[in-house]
Amino acid sequence: MADTSLTRAVRWDTVVGALLVVVLLLSFGFVDGFGNALNLSFLIGNTLPIALIALPMTLLVVSGEIDLSVASTAGLSGAVMGALWNQGMTIETIIPICLLLGVVCGLVNGLLVTRLGLPSLAVTIGTMAAYRGIAQIVLGSDAVTDFPAQYLDFAAGRIDGTFVPYAFLPFLVLLAVAVLALHAMPFGRSLFAIGASEEAARFAGIRVKRQKLILFTLTGLMSALTGVFWALHYASARYDNATGLELSVVAAVLLGGIDFDGGKGTLGGAIAGVFLLGALQNVMSLRDVSAQSQIVVTGVLLVLSVLGPRVARQVSLARAGRRAATAPPSKTPAPTP
Amino acid sequence: MTHPSDTGSAPVLALRDVSKSFGAVRALRDVSLELFPGEVHALAGENGAGKSTLIKTLAGVHRPDAGQVLLDGAPVVFHGPGDARDAGIAVIYQEPTLFPDLSIAENIFMGRQPRRALGRIDHKATHAATAELMLRLGVELDPGRPARGLSIADQQIVEIAKALSFDARVLIMDEPTAALTGSEVARLFGVVRTLREQGAAVLFVSHRLEEIFRICERVTTLRDGAWIAGEPLEGMTEDDLVRRMVGRDLDELYPKQEVTPGETALSVRRLTREGVFTDVSFEVRRGEIVALAGLVGAGRTEVARAVFGVDRWDAGEVEVDGKPLVNGAPSTAMAAGLALVPEDRRAQGLVMDMSIERNIGLTGLRTTVKGGFVDRGAERSRSLDWAVKLQVKYARIADTVATLSGGNQQKVVLAKWLATGPKVLIVDEPTRGIDVGTKAEVHRLLSQLAADGVAVLMISSDLPEVLGMADRVLVMHEGRLTAEIARADATEETVMAAATGRAAA
Repeated sequence: MADTSLTRAVRWDTVVGALLVVVLLLSFGFVDGFGNALNLSFLIGNTLPIALIALPMTLLVVSGEIDLSVASTAGLSGAVMGALWNQGMTIETIIPICLLLGVVCGLVNGLLVTRLGLPSLAVTIGTMAAYRGIAQIVLGSDAVTDFPAQYLDFAAGRIDGTFVPYAFLPFLVLLAVAVLALHAMPFGRSLFAIGASEEAARFAGIRVKRQKLILFTLTGLMSALTGVFWALHYASARYDNATGLELSVVAAVLLGGIDFDGGKGTLGGAIAGVFLLGALQNVMSLRDVSAQSQIVVTGVLLVLSVLGPRVARQVSLARAGRRAATAPPSKTPAPTP
Repeated sequence: MTHPSDTGSAPVLALRDVSKSFGAVRALRDVSLELFPGEVHALAGENGAGKSTLIKTLAGVHRPDAGQVLLDGAPVVFHGPGDARDAGIAVIYQEPTLFPDLSIAENIFMGRQPRRALGRIDHKATHAATAELMLRLGVELDPGRPARGLSIADQQIVEIAKALSFDARVLIMDEPTAALTGSEVARLFGVVRTLREQGAAVLFVSHRLEEIFRICERVTTLRDGAWIAGEPLEGMTEDDLVRRMVGRDLDELYPKQEVTPGETALSVRRLTREGVFTDVSFEVRRGEIVALAGLVGAGRTEVARAVFGVDRWDAGEVEVDGKPLVNGAPSTAMAAGLALVPEDRRAQGLVMDMSIERNIGLTGLRTTVKGGFVDRGAERSRSLDWAVKLQVKYARIADTVATLSGGNQQKVVLAKWLATGPKVLIVDEPTRGIDVGTKAEVHRLLSQLAADGVAVLMISSDLPEVLGMADRVLVMHEGRLTAEIARADATEETVMAAATGRAAA
């Protein structure tokens, strides 16, 4: 039931999915240490933060917006978590507070974008700096590491006898929810319409501002959740946790075929993009590629991922153009449907 | 009127037995056309008849597969639009594309401004040359004024002036009047007559038949790419021309049914949006078609937008079936039974990259739902139902609406809103830029809807449409409702008088 424009051309998300399979197979075959359970659990665990934020980010980009403050929100959430833990609060109280904080961060972004009509790119570059700054004020240069063992075990551990981290299971639930929301519910439909033509969406009675506000808020919430996971997974709450993660998230989402201009893409493609990026980063680490070089690779991938679908579309348009030349210029044939 | 060829002058530009195919489809078959200096020549045909291909052939965009283009009687080959322009052929499109931040003079002389020493642009000479062009056209436009904010009518004048600055001898005007109001059309026709007197040949394309009869001497008619006739208009009737265009007798263009109006469905009271419209009050009853007439910029579209909730109003109230609407909330207006088919179908009416099915489905996101999910089966049958009912011509329901012709796109917008089962339907320029056959279909549909008890508010700049379809005519002038004219009293004169502010309400 996908749009024909997608089925006719080779679908980009299928390409990315196939690419992921190829990269995994090649890595199993040719990269030493890739296939063992410990490395695979590392791969998934390290990719989960990207994947978690990619869920709302996909919805946001589909609707034509973006949030670059996600990593800072995650960092702030971790910093607050560390600071409150130092104050002696229980972790069961701290986590809801962190999530609420994420909601507030997202709301601030959303209100600035929808009420004041500011471009989200500019707004969230601003809050990216602001949230990170607040994180540093809250926690300074401390690193908080002494969180309760059962939480650390959950965030870093894997299911006995497998390479699958515990945390992967709740992610799968969230993924299912996001897929349904985007592709099967009226909410998702309205996001595609907003991304493709905000004005036409408004004229169709879609509450554009409200939908966007919801998305920014969800993104803040998921970023904060990711911040909590990050601090527990790496057993370290620092103000600079997850620095630069927004680059990976945006790169992965665009790599997965979500159109930067909004209105196009699938969540399946985005998640394939996330794990493709995760696999590449894992392989580079195994091959001792420096962190700096990895960022270069991510940046190049980001550019390629914006370019790739566009080239694919140009190619299919050119093909369609040749086909259209065989059809009358404006009048469509009149079949009785 | 004597035919120019009778006086011995030769055609300045002609097509002889031109054919042009795109793949397997023959867009033009053995088409001939002669344009004489000092003549306004109409090109008639439905959408898809080959008018655009013919224009593009004359303008050097397409090269004919067979046949010849003759310039001053001699065969020529245009290798591109530049060649045609150098030969003195200019095309004025419906919606010109000017540089908004440059002045009128700079737009006209873009890239070839008169120079002073050291290559500096001679603004004074540019302005003087522009002023002279305006004088020739008999139009008052300040050469130094930026193009931003010019009406479409003024933008066309700038394009025409630009064509003159290239010493154009042939002007091709592709639906220039589609977005113009009555008085703007009159001014444009004044300019066209001036050009004719100065010896230019004008090829005029319009869906409005009365305009063809008003300004043109001869007409060439195309149907499905084939040449049907090339003849003087004198002695022809509109019906004759329509018959040539559609190949059969057309059902009545304005099939208005008599309906006894029912209860008030839409009530607008003292509606005001500061600086846009003021104190607008009116009612539309079930079964009525009420036209909202006036010049472009009189505030008609703005009233419709505010009533539907796309814009907020500052004062007043709107009721549908006696229930007040929330200010600035299209979703509640929809729920109350209001539908708006907007002015700009490409930007506002449709999501162009989405399928026909999904576009119609957009208005059903709240209703075609099962257990919180979009009911895809119901969505598809709802879309198919309405696409079939409105006889939308498409290949597959999953094709994007961008692949449809203008008339069919408009039908999709109508389908999208009729699928909501509206009590009140507001249509803003429902037949702008669509061919005469589809236009008649839209009129029949509106008439049928009214007969079924829908209250229809129709904004239109097409006077014959207003007079032909409306039970009552409301007229706006400069943001205020200035007149309400009953069907029996509505004539071009009474409506135009109110629209231009010459008559007291």
